[in-house]
Amino acid sequence: MKQKVKFTFPPKLVQEPVIYKLGVDFHVVTNIRRADVDDTQGWVVLELEGTQRDIKRGLDWVREKGVRVDPVSGDVVEG
Amino acid sequence: MAFATALRCRECSREYPLEPMNICEWCFGPCEVVYDYEAIRKQISRKSIEAGPLTVWRYRDLLPVGDGPVVDLHAGYTPLLKADNLGRMLGLDNLYLKNDCVNPTYSFKDRVVTVAATIARQMGFDTLACASTGNLAGAVAAHAAKAGMKAYVFIPADLEKVKVVGAAIYGPTVVAVNGSYDDVNRLCSEVADNYRWAFVNVNIRPYYAEGSKTLGYEVVEQLGWRAPDHAIVPVASGSLLTKVWKGMNEFKDLGLISEVKTRMHMVQPLGCSPVVTAHAEGVMSVKPVKPNTIAKSLAIGNPADGYYALKVLKESHGTATAVTDPEVIEGIHLLARTEGIFAETAAGVVISGLRKLAQSGAIGKHDLTVAYITGNGLKTQEVVEDSVKTWPVQPTLASFRHALAAHGHA
Repeated sequence: MKQKVKFTFPPKLVQEPVIYKLGVDFHVVTNIRRADVDDTQGWVVLELEGTQRDIKRGLDWVREKGVRVDPVSGDVVEG
Repeated sequence: MAFATALRCRECSREYPLEPMNICEWCFGPCEVVYDYEAIRKQISRKSIEAGPLTVWRYRDLLPVGDGPVVDLHAGYTPLLKADNLGRMLGLDNLYLKNDCVNPTYSFKDRVVTVAATIARQMGFDTLACASTGNLAGAVAAHAAKAGMKAYVFIPADLEKVKVVGAAIYGPTVVAVNGSYDDVNRLCSEVADNYRWAFVNVNIRPYYAEGSKTLGYEVVEQLGWRAPDHAIVPVASGSLLTKVWKGMNEFKDLGLISEVKTRMHMVQPLGCSPVVTAHAEGVMSVKPVKPNTIAKSLAIGNPADGYYALKVLKESHGTATAVTDPEVIEGIHLLARTEGIFAETAAGVVISGLRKLAQSGAIGKHDLTVAYITGNGLKTQEVVEDSVKTWPVQPTLASFRHALAAHGHA
């Protein structure tokens, strides 16, 4: 399966290879489409490809690291 | 005749046919509707608009729908009221309120949903869907009922029942999701990917959002074909502010008005103000937040159009203001007691934000100013329940006279 997501990195994680580890440790293929990262903050829009189980495990780990994970189209719930 | 020609990515400018999609397949940027403005210019005039229906459909040439019937509950063409009493209190001589409380389901969401429902039917969908904590749910359910379409409305399981009634009455399937705000978002994105439904603010979003342009058109027309000096707009996803600006500028580009010198001012509740924060920090990247405010209709922590709203502020030399929850309530009271309009919490944000702008001198005394009031107060009565203070009396004239005297009214 494929899933489009947006990662938002807190300052302390900007220099960590989170996306690399997502690929290596969880067997999720990552394909970055757009990004804006500097010394203090950053976001990356990417597509993930893998089994449903691997993507779920991978995203759970990414969240545990402190990265915010959102749908690429922003919040869907409106007032 | 339909003048929309394509969808275009706002980031990489790749174009796509007019189909149900919202994200560019290449860069995952958001898509927007493209029009043949040269053809529109030949067709449209002030006179042709003025001859149209007293609804958003008087601007049909500038909306992304094909020929044929529309799903119409009479959304739009709401009153633009001169607010002399409120203006006097704030030191503003030329203040107007765009009162969208009086739409068919009592909020501006009817504007976007009438467009979304029409395009959904034209694209062959039989189901409308949305995820909402209030206004959008009511608008989707009502328009689906009118269109004879099925409707699915997703809500957080802990949403107060009274807020669900305004949607449930129209007969949709109400899906109560047991999880956090983020969980509801995640599920609804997955549902939109997996079912052939018209999810109004997901796969139909580029069309849906265009309905908000009518709030720009109407104000210009109702002011006698001129753009205001200032517009105060509440920001949730940021779409409304960008579309009001787009609407006014389309009128200028089509030669219907000569100029747009409007300063666009965004207001957000402090408990959910990621776009205001980005503006204050001087960055264009909006950091998502967890909403914590009584202004639920503005509680979007990860706003899809935050970046584009910031761009509009730059282009228009606008400002960004956040107000606290107590100020939201003060704003609701102030509007009700000066102008006789009972509006929901988003309007409390607007009115308190407007007061700050007036006090700071950002808006001049004689400037032509329009504040957008986007939803009806009956939807968020709980936040102003404390305003109910009664005089208990016995059913006798003597008792009533006593109460009058006791309260200094004699």
